[in-house]
Amino acid sequence: MIVAERKPFDEVYAMLEGSKRLLVLGCGSCVTVCMAGGEKEVALLAATLRLANKKRGVRMEIREATIERQCDAEFFAAVADDIEWADTVLSMACGVGVQFCAEQFPDKPLFPALNTKFYGATERQGLWTTRCAGCGECVLDRFGGICPVARCAKSLMNGPCGGSQNGKCEVDPENIDCAWQLIYDRLERLGQLHLLEENQPLKDWSHGRDGGPGRIEREDATL
Amino acid sequence: MSELKSGSNLERVLARGAFAVTAELGPPKSADIEVVRKKAEHLRGCADAVNITDNQTAIVRMSSIAAGCLALREGLEPVIQITCRDRNRIAIQSDVLGAYALGLRNVLALTGDHQVYGNHPTSRNVFDMDSIQLAQMLKTMRDDEKFACGDEIRNSKKAPVVAPKIYIGAAANPFGDPFAFRVTRLAKKVNAGVDFIQTQCIYDMDRFETWMQQVRKRGLDKRVKILAGVTPLKSLGMARYMRDNVAGLTVPDSYIQRMAKAEDGAAEGIAICVEQIRRLRQIEGVAGIHLMAIEWERRVREIVDMAGLLPRPEPASRTGEQGNEL
Repeated sequence: MIVAERKPFDEVYAMLEGSKRLLVLGCGSCVTVCMAGGEKEVALLAATLRLANKKRGVRMEIREATIERQCDAEFFAAVADDIEWADTVLSMACGVGVQFCAEQFPDKPLFPALNTKFYGATERQGLWTTRCAGCGECVLDRFGGICPVARCAKSLMNGPCGGSQNGKCEVDPENIDCAWQLIYDRLERLGQLHLLEENQPLKDWSHGRDGGPGRIEREDATL
Repeated sequence: MSELKSGSNLERVLARGAFAVTAELGPPKSADIEVVRKKAEHLRGCADAVNITDNQTAIVRMSSIAAGCLALREGLEPVIQITCRDRNRIAIQSDVLGAYALGLRNVLALTGDHQVYGNHPTSRNVFDMDSIQLAQMLKTMRDDEKFACGDEIRNSKKAPVVAPKIYIGAAANPFGDPFAFRVTRLAKKVNAGVDFIQTQCIYDMDRFETWMQQVRKRGLDKRVKILAGVTPLKSLGMARYMRDNVAGLTVPDSYIQRMAKAEDGAAEGIAICVEQIRRLRQIEGVAGIHLMAIEWERRVREIVDMAGLLPRPEPASRTGEQGNEL
């Protein structure tokens, strides 16, 4: 999923200055799972905004809504009236959802409430960590199913740097596992350490961000 | 000598089987030429080649190629360090052409320290490639006379091919984890085409010897020249700092105790370093030392002398080099 976290309250509040009718719009997919922009987080942020407004004597009506996904046009129909009513929309979706919402309602001022961080998973309750960098050319077959592009701080393709110590990455030895220790351990377990003897050639980065904005068009999927 | 790959002084010394000495010169954190001049003066005649670091620990310094040119003018033979942190394959190949055109003949291919350590932690990193891919690219440029994309290194179809004939180095860290993979990683560097290796600085001699045994077992010492890295301890404080703060380094208690007892810490640090060099010389497969006297260039001559490694072989004349290439 796409993992995000809420921006600091003061930053969000500063964006909303002058708004009289605010819609706080949540998203029901990834950011609900990672507890950053779902229905609960919408309610919490709206309540905090009301309190802040009360304290400062600011008059701002606030409505709350959450749709199934902000990255699909069809789901916006359910909140079209609320968006029409609002002078400002605060989207609690990821960067994709925020932009897609703006595209549906080109005349409506719209702000992001979240910082979109990475493609990741819930490692345990309350902890989300990265797994994929969206490089566009998956190499997991060569590395025991552990991605050095996303999970090594230097995206090394040929083994760990000198900063791998006791299974940890020198960039943050408290919190980050050395991806190459994980790769080594897994391939050892699978009896496939020979895979690491091969020199990996230069990677073709053009399949991802470096090739320009992404685009996939499939005739078989076209209506 | 016609089979030399680059004709650099370091290559010549190693090719004739002499025990090589390389040192290190950190460029200034300013545009001050005097810093390079002064350090070069300390190092002249003490080493067969001198590494010019590339924004080490991700702190901005004068570029390694520019400082290398200044050092060359001062009579040193530079080893230009190139990291993958700040430049992509386009910029690195361009810099290698430029470095060669300016008379630089040795390059050390490094991955580079992560920028979180430096003075621009909010910068973006590149890591288009890693050090092994960089070494492979340098070899392709030198031996196949082609760029990484496959194009020939010539200005036009009718122009001559003029490829950078670089002596290719890389680093090895015998102390990182996973330990069992460390020799495999060295083998990958050798397979990529590396000519010489400089190791991370060694204090734990026993672990280094264990690593060298594995290196010899795979026959790697026959395929690459290994220079063992040493860094003299300047003080007890430095010894403790190296032990506690540098990932992958262990400083044995015996050294810490000696530094603690010594009246003159610097002299004791140098004595330890000289002992280490003497022991390293006895290890089969060690072709030389890489003496990294961090901001202590002025003591290098003394250390090399005490280790019995002076005078250094006379550098080959530059005109002679070109004559051999033709």
